[in-house]
Amino acid sequence: MRDHYDVLVIGAGPAGISAAQTAAAHGVSVGLLDAQPRPGGQVWRHDVQHPLPRSARTAMDHLRGVDFLAQHSVVATESAGLRLETPQGARLLSYGALVLATGARELLLPFPGWTLPGVTGAGGLQALAKQGWPVAGKRVVIGGSGPLLLAAADTLRKHGARVFGIYEQASASTVRSFAWQLRHWPARAWQAAGLRLRLAGIPYRLGSFVRKAHGDGSLQRVDIDTPHGVQTVECDLLAVGYGLVPNTELASLLGCALDHTDTHPRVRVDALFRTSVANVYAAGESCGIGGLSVARIEGAIAGHMAAGHIDDAGALLMQRDSERRFGALLAKHFALDPRLHRLADDLTLVCRCEDVRMGELTGFTDARAAKLITRCGMGACQGRICGTALAELGRFPRGGARPPIFPARLATLAGLANLPSDDAQRGS
Amino acid sequence: MSPRVRLTVNGHPVDVPAGASVAAAVAHVTLRFRRSVNDAPRAPLCGMGVCFECRVQVDGITHVRACMTPASEGMQVITDA
Repeated sequence: MRDHYDVLVIGAGPAGISAAQTAAAHGVSVGLLDAQPRPGGQVWRHDVQHPLPRSARTAMDHLRGVDFLAQHSVVATESAGLRLETPQGARLLSYGALVLATGARELLLPFPGWTLPGVTGAGGLQALAKQGWPVAGKRVVIGGSGPLLLAAADTLRKHGARVFGIYEQASASTVRSFAWQLRHWPARAWQAAGLRLRLAGIPYRLGSFVRKAHGDGSLQRVDIDTPHGVQTVECDLLAVGYGLVPNTELASLLGCALDHTDTHPRVRVDALFRTSVANVYAAGESCGIGGLSVARIEGAIAGHMAAGHIDDAGALLMQRDSERRFGALLAKHFALDPRLHRLADDLTLVCRCEDVRMGELTGFTDARAAKLITRCGMGACQGRICGTALAELGRFPRGGARPPIFPARLATLAGLANLPSDDAQRGS
Repeated sequence: MSPRVRLTVNGHPVDVPAGASVAAAVAHVTLRFRRSVNDAPRAPLCGMGVCFECRVQVDGITHVRACMTPASEGMQVITDA
């Protein structure tokens, strides 16, 4: 097994696949690793019942000359390379250049009842269903914000779920204005029209959001705030997500500068996708939410760069800029209603790992102090869920990443050369 | 008919399509994947390996993320809720 690649790509979604394929075409050795068992990331996640879109299959078929390293999680960085955990044990991989294609996760906001079994993210339930989670015949309510809700509804419907409704928090006027802007992206307009057609019969309610989930041991019904008052719906599953947030933990651990302009940080890159650290590039959603097309183009640019072919990279930039404008359009039109910031009351759990309630955080103005006193953000997810939610709610920004960035086995940690000494003293 | 794998969840036999996750197999038996620190039942939230709410025991190894683990033939899964 090799322990060095000229180009190592982290994350096998569209950006990572594109980067790996592009770099490999220049004849360098390329490793593409992902924590998941298969390539595809979230948007091209393998579906046990339905074939992937042709573009996804083509991209994955073209991964020749690339070593796909499945179920490899980066847990720490060392001077010699990246410390990885795999089902077979720990590994240290070194690289000439690194491409971060770590993608995004869903923004999940706390509300009363959100810890009940049966409540998931919107993209979350979509991912679970693709992997065989039983949704056939189940009564499903979808809520949150953004086009992902429609994509999730489409997957769930295909898997036999009874989708009762899609509740989008953005108002009717902003969604109409978004739809009108779509004329500048004909392919997307066409895609959206097809999706609406397939979802005909499923109510799409605007200016509406899930206020509360009820159930005894598992979900039984939800209260939905609509422009016409509160509506209660009996259901088996609630899938609710408020858009996407870049995954920046690894970049942060590597010392790459982050851009903190928006509520949720993204990896800062220059025009050619170089991060602030030499030989480390980033592409796709980790540099800001832009969607599939952006990810594929940026992945290709980063792949050229990582393989040392700057001229090929520059040629793709104009195409990228047009697609990035679409991401900005999304962010503008699906901005969150301030009422969502008040869904969680004092008794609502915010930190699901450590069962910390919102009321316990009163008076804290930074993540570290809150963590030390209440244990908020100290659990297995390391604040990925609660820290991100609290940043969105305007409480305090998320604390920085510290190794290991994912919980790891002791045997993996035992091989670590450089766990910072202050961490060793503090515990985590 | 696509190939299927057979495993057990809390001793109950479960049959899922090849490529399905342990999370999917568990959901056929129970939605109670783990107990929180205050003993409340929990189930997967994010579906993509971020939230750690789906942790179960797989073939004797604890704290395995069910959503990130492919189900395989003969696997023994135990939930804690």
